[in-house]
Amino acid sequence: MFAYLSSPKGAGAGPRRPREADMSELLYSFTDAVRLIAALDPELAGIILLSLRVSMTAVLVSAAIGLPLGAALAIGRFPGRQVIVVVLNAFMGLPPVVVGLVVYLLLSRAGPLGELGILFTPAAMIVAQTLLITPIVAALARQVVEDAWREYEEQLRSLGARWHDAVATLLWDTRYSLMTVLLAGFGRAAAEVGAVMIVGGNIAGVTRVMTTAIALETTKGDLPLALALGMVLIALVLAINVAAYSIRQFSVHRYG
Amino acid sequence: MELNRSALRGMVAAAGILGALPALGQSTFITVASTTSTEQSGLFGHLLPRFEKASGIQVRVVALGTGQALDLGRRGDADVVFVHDQAAEEKFVAQGYGIGRRQVMYNDFVLIGPRGDPAKVGGGKDVLQALRKLAAAQAPFVSRGDKSGTHAAELRYWRAAGVDLDQAKGPWYRETGSGMGPALNTAASMNAYLVADRGTWLSFKNPRELAVLVEGDTRLFNQYGVMLVNPARHPHVKAEAGRRFIDWLVSNEGQAAIADYRIGGRQLFFPNAAASSPAAR
Repeated sequence: MFAYLSSPKGAGAGPRRPREADMSELLYSFTDAVRLIAALDPELAGIILLSLRVSMTAVLVSAAIGLPLGAALAIGRFPGRQVIVVVLNAFMGLPPVVVGLVVYLLLSRAGPLGELGILFTPAAMIVAQTLLITPIVAALARQVVEDAWREYEEQLRSLGARWHDAVATLLWDTRYSLMTVLLAGFGRAAAEVGAVMIVGGNIAGVTRVMTTAIALETTKGDLPLALALGMVLIALVLAINVAAYSIRQFSVHRYG
Repeated sequence: MELNRSALRGMVAAAGILGALPALGQSTFITVASTTSTEQSGLFGHLLPRFEKASGIQVRVVALGTGQALDLGRRGDADVVFVHDQAAEEKFVAQGYGIGRRQVMYNDFVLIGPRGDPAKVGGGKDVLQALRKLAAAQAPFVSRGDKSGTHAAELRYWRAAGVDLDQAKGPWYRETGSGMGPALNTAASMNAYLVADRGTWLSFKNPRELAVLVEGDTRLFNQYGVMLVNPARHPHVKAEAGRRFIDWLVSNEGQAAIADYRIGGRQLFFPNAAASSPAAR
């Protein structure tokens, strides 16, 4: 991958660059990262776009499930609620590799959903990441909405708002905090490697995303390139957070 | 409202980028379960574009250890299996999971260790003698420990050398449970010995003090085989496209392409499909 960055290993089987000190390696990786971005390498662009597509779709789906679920748990009072809250909180720490295994066994041809034939496709990766981050979105949204509910409960009740009106009002009212919640979900999705490696298979040009590409270069021993790709990934996540923050600032200014 | 307009433009651009993403591949493709050694050595990057051009069939490679790759085939999650553990492959076929196994190519395993060779095992060709010395010296040794083809070969050598690993195992023998690359990374960072396939070794970029110490023993021969996952067992297997890939690999064109692949002027894999033509078996 990205052959223009590395030179073939010589007869002496030495590293591709002098290895005087580890600091210089970090520096090389940084310049490699800049060169990778500047060159607009089509292979890298494909990998970045796939990462974005998979993780953003997973965030959208888990928002559609997790936000209403979190709000319902914040406002509703029903038996078993506390159990669900504790389980959701615990599932924020689901190991990606376990989620990957479960989804793999479900989607494998020998598994219950094998008929779908979506193992080793981006769709399978979206499913795995959605499972991984929905608990995060739901648990954090529950906390955010519950805090707001405490503040507005009396007011909403005196207005005679029904529960679904209250959910909608509270979700809208806490939208900036919930955006941070979604960013946390996105960060987790974009950073995990265990689940997408198993259900995607890291197939070049089909299911290779940033994290699996980094893992691959690490196993090939091209540590500087792996680190450079890591820096690109961090820059990407940073850019998305900057964009989200700007939208928030803009909206606060405009709509108060 | 300048700010407003630019924000809007940004959102439209973002939507455009997301919308313009390529749809899921609709063309004919097959899924090949193969080994880390064929993928990470760059062989597939060299072969597949040629086959895809000749056939119009896209090949999607999932690179795992041989044991895991065979398991994918067993579950029906791949159309073709391309691995290197002859005994396991023949069992796979005998149990009815695969059909039409063909030999494709070989390369060899090498015993790698620190250049300084503190256990003094280097120089000769005899891999069994070298392993006996390693066990006696309790020199740090990294094992794949992942049921891969290379792991299976390493265990075969220990047995042939008369070293009972269950008894000899100690802190010196480290099972990493990882692929060839990670095992090499581990060995490089602690100056340990290990058995590696030559292809991955030649393409490995972080060797530090490691060097090849024992090579050329006929026992280090490493045969790769390819077979179709049995469509009678898994009806969804793309048998026709899979067969075309297998036929191409063992054809003159495919064999020449394998022989062509070099890193730093060195040939990594040696085609030998002719030796296993169906008529000859």
